[in-house]
Amino acid sequence: MTYFKLATASALALAAAGVSSTAQAEDLTLCWAAWDPANALVELSKDFEAQSGHTMNFEFVPWPNFADRMLNELNSGGKLCDLLIGDSQWIGGGAENGHYVKLNDFFDAEGISMDDFAPATVYAYSTWPKGTPNYYALPAMGDANGWFYRKDWFDRDDIKAAYKEATGSDLREPQSQKEMLQIAQFFQGREIDGKTVYGAAIFTERGSEGITMGVTSALYPWGFKYENTPGSYDMEGAVNSAEAVEALEFYKEFYKTATPPGYTNSYMGESLDAFKSGQVAMAMNWFAFFPGLYADPNTGGDKIDFFVNPPQNQAGSTLGGQGISVVAYSDKQDAALEYIKWFSDPGVQAKWWELGGYSAHNSVLEDPGFVESQPFAGDFLDAMAGVQDFWQEPAYAELLLAMQKRVHDYVVADQGTAQEALDKLIEDWTEVFEDEGKL
Amino acid sequence: MSDRTIDRVASSTPAPVARKIRGLSDRAIAWIFVAPTIFLLLAINIFPLVWTIRLSFTNYKANRIGREVKEIGLRNYERILTDSDIWLNMQATAHFLFWTIFFQVLIGFTLAWMINKKFKGNDLWTTIIVLPMMLSPAVVGNFWKFLYQPQIGLFNYIVGFFTGKDPSSFEMLGQVNLAPWAIVIVDTWMWTPFVMLICLAGLRSIPDYIYEAAEIDRASKLRQFFTITIPMVLPFLMLAVLFRGIENFKMFDLVVQLTGGGPGSVTELTSINLKREAFEKWRTGYASAYAIILFVTVFGLASIYVKALNKVKER
Repeated sequence: MTYFKLATASALALAAAGVSSTAQAEDLTLCWAAWDPANALVELSKDFEAQSGHTMNFEFVPWPNFADRMLNELNSGGKLCDLLIGDSQWIGGGAENGHYVKLNDFFDAEGISMDDFAPATVYAYSTWPKGTPNYYALPAMGDANGWFYRKDWFDRDDIKAAYKEATGSDLREPQSQKEMLQIAQFFQGREIDGKTVYGAAIFTERGSEGITMGVTSALYPWGFKYENTPGSYDMEGAVNSAEAVEALEFYKEFYKTATPPGYTNSYMGESLDAFKSGQVAMAMNWFAFFPGLYADPNTGGDKIDFFVNPPQNQAGSTLGGQGISVVAYSDKQDAALEYIKWFSDPGVQAKWWELGGYSAHNSVLEDPGFVESQPFAGDFLDAMAGVQDFWQEPAYAELLLAMQKRVHDYVVADQGTAQEALDKLIEDWTEVFEDEGKL
Repeated sequence: MSDRTIDRVASSTPAPVARKIRGLSDRAIAWIFVAPTIFLLLAINIFPLVWTIRLSFTNYKANRIGREVKEIGLRNYERILTDSDIWLNMQATAHFLFWTIFFQVLIGFTLAWMINKKFKGNDLWTTIIVLPMMLSPAVVGNFWKFLYQPQIGLFNYIVGFFTGKDPSSFEMLGQVNLAPWAIVIVDTWMWTPFVMLICLAGLRSIPDYIYEAAEIDRASKLRQFFTITIPMVLPFLMLAVLFRGIENFKMFDLVVQLTGGGPGSVTELTSINLKREAFEKWRTGYASAYAIILFVTVFGLASIYVKALNKVKER
């Protein structure tokens, strides 16, 4: 009996040790881009620290270096990040190269349902192969490329009259891509309050992904498709369709006739600077920045309003946003999964939206008060209903850099025609898919 | 007691170690001393080179660990050498190399010649002139980006002031015809002092008595310049050209900071393109072949140049 008691006590002690080791407080590191929503996440994560006892550390990398830095980290099997909020296009590489932990079993065990999240975000941020129920991330930050403008200028009677006289139309939020260009051209070089202003700030950056994200914001509304049949990689006639050529020519005309001087290599930061300094009437940028823009003391509040990327042949917005994944090389996967479970909670998601993050949880998006909760909330919902993303293939970086080169050569450097640029792009992409053994 | 090296080494070595090496030949001891260096050289230089050559014949991608690596023979080399875009990068690099070296030699030598004259404030001017080369290329890149800004940039303002053009009517970094010159101007600004210092060393190494002899022979100043100054500074000048040529063939940071290779690809030098292939697209096999082609080009040109330099020195 004494032996039995001793054995029982030992077993209990061992079990207790086991429990205490699984519940051990960990130092978790979450990696993401350095931008406004990251600050909101730091604030939000304080609740997780208080609740779990784990300590959260953050590694935020500026956008231009984010992909380079994080993909190098993953490719080298680095242990820097336990959790990674990686770009949507990384999901294919993350899954196929074994960088991300597959979350299906965890979701099943914890009762986390992907049906609770907006379908477009689950498709874009979580699944690989695309659209299959294989999940490698939880939708963390919904985002799309949208627009904002100087409402105070649009509301001024003298400017409205001048616009009516110049174009015969009323000055309003643009309802189509072509109307947006017309408005931008009207403002280009115009004198307002003694200062020369310009039409719009668009993306033209060459080094990372900027100009591709800008150009696709024109391509998608014109009806651009990557393939004739999804999954077939037959791009001829889709990528270089007449609509795609027209859209690319449109973007070039926009760049040439309605952007500030020196706007040859500009992305998110430059767009924000141009708008906040009162240089432009309109600007494109990710919805993620809209809370900060609205709060800006000089150009926010009553002076600003927002609109979804205007349609042309159809509605279409360029997808941004990211899912949160557990890095396969992390030694603290259990604690990282705890964070994901906590983050998926509807209450946490509601607070995430309040703090400036873009929740993709249906409980937040379908809340009756959501549309009125922020001046850009309704536009965000519209945008997410029509989003399209770039290739999410494991070779996405090669595909992206090829497009960066071809469209920058055409739009900014004036080389060749739109048709030639898109034809060459198909050649580049075909070569990549041949190397990948997919063609 | 013998004065063999081995004995001298042994006598100043702790007894247990000395006992061990006493039996070794001079040659063996020499090898022991040289071995660490040779090992490091093999590990850091030779092995990576051999490995790069090997990878250049494969379709290897460093970010795809589980992917089957196939031997593809000379396909990477064939692709690179028949790719018109790569030849455009080569042309951009050649343009950058030629004009930066041309201006740096011209201005650097002129400055050295002027600084070599004795005048008040000589040392102060030398210090001021060499300041740009002490700055970080990243800082210089950012700094010139502001100077080239069409709306608020000082460079555009000065050009506008002297030519009457509207400063915002031209974009040094954004126009295809101007961007290649914009990077030449910045590199020249930064590295001309380096060429000047080397030329100055050359000028100061010319003994005064040669000029005195020329004066006695009634040689004009111009004649002295072309028959004494230029020939005697030439080896130094050629050395400066070699250093700048090798450096600018590898140019990366300054240009990335200024233009990122744009607009389009007009300032995408080979080093920028190579970095994109190797570490952004992760086409490791392809990038290895690219690196080998560049290595052979630089090595070949540098060897020919060094031979020419030696001939000039022998004269």
